[in-house]
Amino acid sequence: MVTSAAAPGSTPVYRSALRGALVALIFLAALLVVWEGAKLLGGDPWRFKNDAGQETVYQPPFKWPIATDLSLPHVWKIWDALAAPVQRQQEQSLGGFLLGAAWHTGQEAALGLLAGAILGFALAALFVHSKLAERAFMPYVVASQTVPILALAPLIAFAFGNGVFGIVVVATYLTFFPVAIAQLRGLSSPDPRALELMRSCAASRWTILWKLRMPASLPYFFASLKIAATASIVGAIVGEGNPGGSQFGLGRSILNFNEQYGSGPEKLWAAIIASALLGLTFFLAVRVVELVVLRGRPDAAAG
Amino acid sequence: MPQPVVAISSVSKTFATASGVGTTALDRISLDIQEGEFVSLIGPSGCGKSTLLRVIGDLTAPSDGTIEVNGKPARQARMDRDYGIVFQAPVLFDWRSVEANVALPLEIKGMSRTQREQRVGEMLDLVELRDFARHYPYQLSGGMQQRVSIARALALEPRILLMDEPFGALDEMTRERMNSEVQRIWERTGTTIVFVTHSIPEAVFLSTRVAVMSPRPGRIVEVIDIDLPRPRNEDTRESKRYFELITDVREKLRGGHNSADGSGAGSAIPSAGRTLAEGSVG
Repeated sequence: MVTSAAAPGSTPVYRSALRGALVALIFLAALLVVWEGAKLLGGDPWRFKNDAGQETVYQPPFKWPIATDLSLPHVWKIWDALAAPVQRQQEQSLGGFLLGAAWHTGQEAALGLLAGAILGFALAALFVHSKLAERAFMPYVVASQTVPILALAPLIAFAFGNGVFGIVVVATYLTFFPVAIAQLRGLSSPDPRALELMRSCAASRWTILWKLRMPASLPYFFASLKIAATASIVGAIVGEGNPGGSQFGLGRSILNFNEQYGSGPEKLWAAIIASALLGLTFFLAVRVVELVVLRGRPDAAAG
Repeated sequence: MPQPVVAISSVSKTFATASGVGTTALDRISLDIQEGEFVSLIGPSGCGKSTLLRVIGDLTAPSDGTIEVNGKPARQARMDRDYGIVFQAPVLFDWRSVEANVALPLEIKGMSRTQREQRVGEMLDLVELRDFARHYPYQLSGGMQQRVSIARALALEPRILLMDEPFGALDEMTRERMNSEVQRIWERTGTTIVFVTHSIPEAVFLSTRVAVMSPRPGRIVEVIDIDLPRPRNEDTRESKRYFELITDVREKLRGGHNSADGSGAGSAIPSAGRTLAEGSVG
């Protein structure tokens, strides 16, 4: 009749988060094993000191283009590079530099995500109340997403300048769409009888939006926000990478390290990993907010 | 005769169809409901009983005729929050606890927090769910969820409670328990209730009057007074008069249905051949 439910979703959430972290760690370990396994079987020869302290050369049995030091540096080389200076004659380490770059890019992406979420939310709220507005604007909203961001980013930089603002606009551009689409669905999700119930209480449109449509849309909102969170990083990086876009951030680092790839491939790899970690951080941050906001709901622990 | 709580005069409702002919869901229905009455609308599927309830509650507008509630148009009554409404599904907001669900209409009205808390407590006492105030809907059984939705509907002390097949989704045992519960609530609050059902025993057990409806077009065939003594209980369900009234309602339903089928010209509904037994045996 009644399930045991003193405080819904307190311990199970912790446990599932722990389990998720454990699985992620195991998978990371497996990835590293495959990575270095490929180097061991088909990479370039490498030197190491044996037990007796003599320098020895290890000769892999095969030679695969994908596993050369240029395509796939050793994990430990990337690791070592993080502690090494970012450029010759500079004090700052690559790790510190990337941390600063990620912080910079993260701020731009967060602003873009915020603006995109608000814009997407506002569009959905407009569309759910006006079929006319939906018919008029929706085609443009969809069309906007079929144009590659690479083509638009220079235009945006031209219109809004090369500063942070232009970069935030690119991130906003990439994030508002998933939010608008999912939010339109979410705001329309309440049972028609729930809407009639609100009307029978003489609730205004605003009250219905606030007390019924909004809370009902939250699971949809967070699903789209997770997509938008990672898209916002891509947007910020592309925005920074614009010709003359930015002196800072991961986007600029990726372009610079790309040019220096021949002399130090591990730097680009480190920047790519930093970008991925930043995206993951955003994703997890949204997930945490979702768990807090949706606590107590039957489906809170899912997705 | 005092002013009726609900005055329905020659109300018709026509729905547009793709063919452009239009389906007549309600055909010149007139009915007065007095203060404190418990009136059931009964009939087979498609007889317009739910449509009539929705017209009374101003959830859909009549094509013709007028509805007055407490002497004012239905729309004004809705804006004055004179209605409480209970659907077949509980329609609880799953992000709100039981007490927050019951408090919803009070919040919409703009009642202060302390007033709300007191009122919610009273309502949960009424449906005997005080211990479950902080539970969430998914933690409750179907019958308990429906009791929460009744508490919510009564929270604003509505002049009239509209119930649209509220126990149609419940099993027979739970339904009988809920019937006794509704009777108790009705006796305690004195609220006028309009109750849509397709269960004859339920209608007879609860009502002061049963309005028997026939389909295509939706009409009230007859209004039967239910003169069973109160309080009604398990003995009522086994009394001779109870069975007589059930038979009476059943015959009126059959009669109405047959005549409707006989004169069923212009009916555009594909399920016109549906038998009464399917529609009326709850």
